[in-house]
Amino acid sequence: MTETATAPPRIASAFGPGIAARLARGRTLPILAVLAGLVAVWFAAAVYLNAPRTIEGFERQALDWTFGDLVDATWSMDRPVLPTPAQVFADIWANTVERSVTSRRSLVFHGWVTLSSTLVGFVLGSALGILIAVGMVHVRTLDRSLMPWVIASQAVPILAIAPMIVVVLGNLGLTGVVPKAIISAYLSFFPVTIGMVKGLRAPDPLQLDLLRTYSASRAQVFWTLRWPTSVDFLFPSLKVAIALALVGAIVGELPTGAQAGLGARLLTGSYYGQTVQMWSALMMCAVLALLCILAVTVAEKAVHASRGGRP
Amino acid sequence: MHAPPTVVDKVSDTMASDHHDLTRKDVPHPAVAAENLSLVFPAADGPVTALDRIDLAIARHDFVSLIGPSGCGKTTLLRVVADLVKPTAGTITVDGGTPEQARLDRSYGYVFQAPALYPWRNVRRNVELPLEIMGLPAADRRDRAARALATVGLDGFAGKFPWQLSGGMQQRVSIARALGFEPDLLLMDEPFGALDEITRDNLNLHLHALWKQSRLTVIFVTHSIPEAVFLSTHIVVMSPRPGRIVEVIDCDLPRDRVLDMRESPAFLKIAHRVREGLRAGHSYDAPVAGR
Repeated sequence: MTETATAPPRIASAFGPGIAARLARGRTLPILAVLAGLVAVWFAAAVYLNAPRTIEGFERQALDWTFGDLVDATWSMDRPVLPTPAQVFADIWANTVERSVTSRRSLVFHGWVTLSSTLVGFVLGSALGILIAVGMVHVRTLDRSLMPWVIASQAVPILAIAPMIVVVLGNLGLTGVVPKAIISAYLSFFPVTIGMVKGLRAPDPLQLDLLRTYSASRAQVFWTLRWPTSVDFLFPSLKVAIALALVGAIVGELPTGAQAGLGARLLTGSYYGQTVQMWSALMMCAVLALLCILAVTVAEKAVHASRGGRP
Repeated sequence: MHAPPTVVDKVSDTMASDHHDLTRKDVPHPAVAAENLSLVFPAADGPVTALDRIDLAIARHDFVSLIGPSGCGKTTLLRVVADLVKPTAGTITVDGGTPEQARLDRSYGYVFQAPALYPWRNVRRNVELPLEIMGLPAADRRDRAARALATVGLDGFAGKFPWQLSGGMQQRVSIARALGFEPDLLLMDEPFGALDEITRDNLNLHLHALWKQSRLTVIFVTHSIPEAVFLSTHIVVMSPRPGRIVEVIDCDLPRDRVLDMRESPAFLKIAHRVREGLRAGHSYDAPVAGR
């Protein structure tokens, strides 16, 4: 077949194809459409969930009310069952942009507290995960004995052991970042171990034979072949690990009565029925998770490019 | 100067004593010598005899092809020479010592069926891999890699990554990798099996030129009769189950070979003998039973 589908002649524009065309082709438009749908559903749900209490209030004051009044009222409650996106956004705005980061009410401050233990825990957990995987791939006894424990460790609900870890470490004089980071590490080592065991065993038998013909030592096989092969398995694991590390840090802030951190914000919000505060803390958690995964993705892209960058 | 006494010969069990000549001190030892070599793999449904009483001597600077149908043990024989598997009986020497010693001395280069390049290393660093493992200094590695790449005609491609090369070029990189540390012995396991006819012809010419102008001994596993006849000084015809040597055919075409030679009567005669040998080998395991 001859190539008949050549592009029709087009007037080259300095700005390339129009914005509409670019939106239609890229992923942006679908994402925006889904987002708009979610926000609409959210506003509607706020009306529905807040309506009973609002109507109760109207009736107590013996007011005549229209549907319009109801909507207005449900969207502007102090302590709604479900705050609107606008309320949550306004709260986030007020507590990030408009508030000094040193303030105890700044979400940037709380976000940083959570992020710091997330990162410490992520680094510890990933290093531990890699070490366990290396051990399991190279030492036969470890391979047989360790995997059941690794799996069992994740069957324990983290909410159940987090307070114990915090209390035990607190008695040892370890408070603040350390207990939270350990909980993060506990959660995040697992995907790294699983991914790396697979990755370190992934080399082609032919490539292992090749190194044998060079009489390469075990260390040389590791550094020239096993480790570089496993990098492709490492990054997907790291993405899961960093999200889990964030969960671990938040969970670690819940039972301790921690004064700072997004977990603490969630907890105090629920104590005092500050639903808007809870939702804005939740949103910040989501934003933090996105930023973390984005960072790992950027690192992955950089490493990929340095390794020949096959598209 | 005198030529080694036996270039290659297949010696039947009764003639095995002839081989003692090869181990005499005043004669340079052969590149590879196998005597009564057998290898039996254990398998679920009983042991499999991959190699059965192989006797073979390969002199230095020979180009020996091992040819035979799939499962005749030619790759296994190559792997025994490379010390990638151990024989279960018989003796074999590589470069006068054990295969293990030869491997530890890095006295052979091995080219596999697939290029087995590291996708995350560029061409130069792929060729440098064995040199790195041997602990050569960086400048030396670079020199040798550049020379090896020039030998296979890939000078301009040092910075490319494997995925940017065609299959034939990748296989040339893998040959350069095996040449980089200047082994005396090159073991090649169907290196061109996965390539198209034209690329294959081209690489055959390359390999022939390379062998001619070096001191290399080559053991070359192949399925292709024309390829074997074109490249070899000797062709070892093998038969399957159990893997044994049917015949060793001298391939005494002129030393300088060109592709057109493949239509010459001398070439066709040798090819015919190889084909006859392969047929004879087949009657070993498929006796008259059926018909």
